[in-house]
Amino acid sequence: MTINEKQDEIIEEFDLFDDQLDKTQYIIDLGKKLPPMPESARTDENRIMGCQSKVWVDAELKDNRLYFYGDSEPTAQISKGLVGLLIRVLSGEKPEDVANADLYFIPRVGMGNLITSLRAGGLASMIERMKAYGRTYANQTA
Amino acid sequence: MQSAPVTTLDIQQIRQDFPILDQQVNGRPLVYFDNAATNQKPRPVIDALTQYYEGYNANIHRGIHHLAEQATAAFEASRRAIQQFLNARHWEEIIFTYGTTDGINLVAQTYGRRFLGEGDEIIISTMEHHSNIVPWQMLCEERGCVLKVIPVDDNGELILEEYEKLLSARTKFVSCVHVSNSLGTINPVKTIIDMAHQVGAVVLIDGAQASSHIDLDVQALDADFYVFSAHKLYGPTGMGVLYGKKALLDAMPPYRGGGEMIKEVTFAKTTYNEIPYKFEAGTPNIADVIAVKTALEYMAGLGKENIAAHEHELLQYATEQLSELDGLRIIGQAKEKIGVVSWVMDGIHHQDTGVILDQQGIAVRTGHHCTQPLMQRFGIAGTTRASFAVYNTKDEVDRLIVGLRRVQKMML
Repeated sequence: MTINEKQDEIIEEFDLFDDQLDKTQYIIDLGKKLPPMPESARTDENRIMGCQSKVWVDAELKDNRLYFYGDSEPTAQISKGLVGLLIRVLSGEKPEDVANADLYFIPRVGMGNLITSLRAGGLASMIERMKAYGRTYANQTA
Repeated sequence: MQSAPVTTLDIQQIRQDFPILDQQVNGRPLVYFDNAATNQKPRPVIDALTQYYEGYNANIHRGIHHLAEQATAAFEASRRAIQQFLNARHWEEIIFTYGTTDGINLVAQTYGRRFLGEGDEIIISTMEHHSNIVPWQMLCEERGCVLKVIPVDDNGELILEEYEKLLSARTKFVSCVHVSNSLGTINPVKTIIDMAHQVGAVVLIDGAQASSHIDLDVQALDADFYVFSAHKLYGPTGMGVLYGKKALLDAMPPYRGGGEMIKEVTFAKTTYNEIPYKFEAGTPNIADVIAVKTALEYMAGLGKENIAAHEHELLQYATEQLSELDGLRIIGQAKEKIGVVSWVMDGIHHQDTGVILDQQGIAVRTGHHCTQPLMQRFGIAGTTRASFAVYNTKDEVDRLIVGLRRVQKMML
């Protein structure tokens, strides 16, 4: 599935909910399903700064595909869900596709309030980190 | 918590004075519980700002035309109103600043740099806002002073016995918060000031959170400096007050250089203006200064003791209701508190609490509240904080409780 196909799928899923609280619940439940990140990957280097909660993102390149791993401190379930969503969209894709991805699903799923509330919690920082991995690996493999 | 007289205010009527409250957030009526960050503005304050810009906007003091005279008169009338509000002895003791932070920096950078040096000790407390920590750390770094810190007990009260042990002939300055923004604790500032004066130290009180809740009398307190912000007392943002005893202000060097703060400028030498103007370089925040007077009149009209009684009722009710939620722990259980309640919940991050409450139209504050050392003292990363103002109601507290039950249901 391409990045955009995955985004369209997520938009469809969120369309099932009218209420923002139900959407948030869905994000929380996605977070609960995210496989835990090994303790060794929870380094300061992998930490997304500027968050009220602790969030980590790591990546590895296999067969010219970027695979992302992420986690949050256990209580920060919304952040964890958001990391999970981003991983679902961007993981397993080519580095250049990650770097150039237009993440249009974010405004479309009606998480606007979440994005502003998490301004400090840095959804934007998470995206920036993942795209930076994309750019770095795209340059290395080019 | 001590009991307070029951309020006589008509809160529904008062709510009509605050246009911002009449709105839906995320499909639900707004509940605004972030008053310790900034409270909302009543119609007369908003009107005062508009009237200034529509009717008599002009630069003050040296203009000889009608509008300038009108603006100057209103500006200086505000200074007198604040003098009364604080019961300061002299009008010149009221310096306009941009806010509490600005006032503290002014004192640190002028009094501090002139009178504090190598080995001199400055005492602050564990419950200070970063704005009453960092300016002193900067000064210590520059001047070689030593920062000492009054500890806090498990209830969130200052340990005065420990404060006493910190005081010595080396203590030259004490800077302490009147009311904790994170916990709501009202500190015994009169005692703190008296103890400092006994060793000859000068005292600054950070009144940011106190000014709209507690009757102030800087002469009775014998405070050397007292600072607060207008936007936390129903006034505009970007405007604050530094009160200082005349003798101290006279002895201090100016802070910023520029217009207004001078007597005469030549390239050979510049002489400085008298207080308060010595500390008010440049065109001040004229409109906001003028509107502060209206805010003070608004509060006086309601009666500060009535406001305090109403907020105390809300605090008691909220404390009782919150205590009934499983896994919720209130941080800060001082005997004397203003209407601020802070809590943590088992297994739930405060950020998530804030997001989900917001989705239910409820505005609270989450995080460390710019008091990281205090959070470290309690071994937590942050809290969720609700803080009350005169327009809040028990029904809104009920909404908060329902909102928090929803948070727990979603998270646990």
